[in-house]
Amino acid sequence: MSEPNKKLTIEELQYLTRFAADNDSHVFIKDLNICKTKCEEKVCTIVCPAEAYKWEGDRMFVGYEGCHECGSCRISCPYDNIEWRYPKGGKGIIFRLA
Amino acid sequence: MAEKFDVIVVGCGPAGTSAAYILAKAGLNVIMIERGEYPGAKNVMGGILYRYPLEEIVPEFLAEAPLERPIVEQNLWILNKDSVIKTGYRGLEWAEAPHNNFTVFRAKFDQWYAKKAVEQGALLITETVVTEVIVEDGRVKGVKTDRPDGILYANIVILADGVNSLLAKQLGFHKEIKPSDVALATLEVINLSSEKIEDRFNLEPNQGATIEVFGDSTKGMMGTGFIYTNKESISIGVGALLSDLAKNHQRPHDLLEDFKQHRIIRKLIEGGEPKEYLAHLIPEGGYHAIPKLFGHGVMVVGDAAQLVNGIHREGSNLAMMSGKLAAETAILANEVNDYSENILSNYQQSLMGSFVGQDLKKYKDATHLLATHPEYFNIYFPMLSKAASEMLTVDGDSKWKKQKNVINMVRERGIYRTARDLFRLGRVMK
Repeated sequence: MSEPNKKLTIEELQYLTRFAADNDSHVFIKDLNICKTKCEEKVCTIVCPAEAYKWEGDRMFVGYEGCHECGSCRISCPYDNIEWRYPKGGKGIIFRLA
Repeated sequence: MAEKFDVIVVGCGPAGTSAAYILAKAGLNVIMIERGEYPGAKNVMGGILYRYPLEEIVPEFLAEAPLERPIVEQNLWILNKDSVIKTGYRGLEWAEAPHNNFTVFRAKFDQWYAKKAVEQGALLITETVVTEVIVEDGRVKGVKTDRPDGILYANIVILADGVNSLLAKQLGFHKEIKPSDVALATLEVINLSSEKIEDRFNLEPNQGATIEVFGDSTKGMMGTGFIYTNKESISIGVGALLSDLAKNHQRPHDLLEDFKQHRIIRKLIEGGEPKEYLAHLIPEGGYHAIPKLFGHGVMVVGDAAQLVNGIHREGSNLAMMSGKLAAETAILANEVNDYSENILSNYQQSLMGSFVGQDLKKYKDATHLLATHPEYFNIYFPMLSKAASEMLTVDGDSKWKKQKNVINMVRERGIYRTARDLFRLGRVMK
């Protein structure tokens, strides 16, 4: 059943970890227009370790449910365009081991 | 209903809990506020925990704390696409109590550690986010939380809220963190039987090993891969400077998966079953990235103060030390009933005088040099490997000729340039 030498997809990786998703997101794009008209690099879609940021159609979507709450997106957004806070107490990712 | 405490500690990681433990033990009225379901739920570490200064704070930790393996061997590998140069030290002195350092699981360790603080009399509330520090007349008076009526007052607030350090930012103690001042690390815990671990790493039961892997683990980016042995699992991860990941369009988890697949790495974890996937930021800015550490009624400790020695992969021990020193300053302030900067400056003084400040000063230019000079990773590491291969391969060429080949390799780079680069590296390390 286990194949450690197979490259794991982000879905398989995220499946390993426990989350207590809140009903509402804790992370927001401040101005969707900036992503649409100004930002070419879309760094958030690359550096997020949960691949939470997805550009679909003509806007950015944030899959907050899988967020590791690391802060990489907020820090690396070249336009400071991410409203970032922690999820509600007890919500969000729940590490069991490391 | 606003309660008043002597000290509010925000965050129950190693820094916060160390502070709370010492404060409670000294009889102060302290409350610990943790946003996770339990202490450790939001924390990630490779993770290597050090005996010092934990032993100074909780001498009985060895008998009680949930520790994985005491480390007897620490290795440093320079990995290229199809070669590795290995260095390391195994010291059997570390196999005996009190040992030197241990692998731990933070979700388990932090819970135990917080429980010790509670035993000393600290109050612990979980599942509560501190959303704001309350400031009146330029003095910190307490905190606002995300609980209804969740306002708490205290003479001193100790901010131990982790690398993102949002609360210190609110106070203006630092600007937004720069992508070149943090590393993004991803890590997997992979189950493997203790027998397999002991076979592969040449260990006795209750012995552990660590490997820090430079070079191809991070595809030449500034950072390191690591492989740590737990009791019945391996923690394997990679961290690289966030700015480098962005610049190279490198997804952090792809980097980890590639590292796991490397022909020289993969057999170490073969047959193992991934059990958890975690990501976290690690402060890498060193001495120059330390924010303002105190104000009227407030001190900043641990990762929130960017106290990580990336060269030695030490963070949790610096965190504990900073928590301890902040607590001692708070006790002093409490004695003289003065919570202003005049008294709290004591914390910065003792921190900078301790190994924490000394070590961060020692390496203050090292991360910057490595981050801005990719040739150390991209040119010199492969060169070292080629030199080793040349000298060790027997193919009929005389050793003199081989030596000449190696010198020509250096000549290609430039003898003067190489000497200058080595000199520079030596200078930032010393």
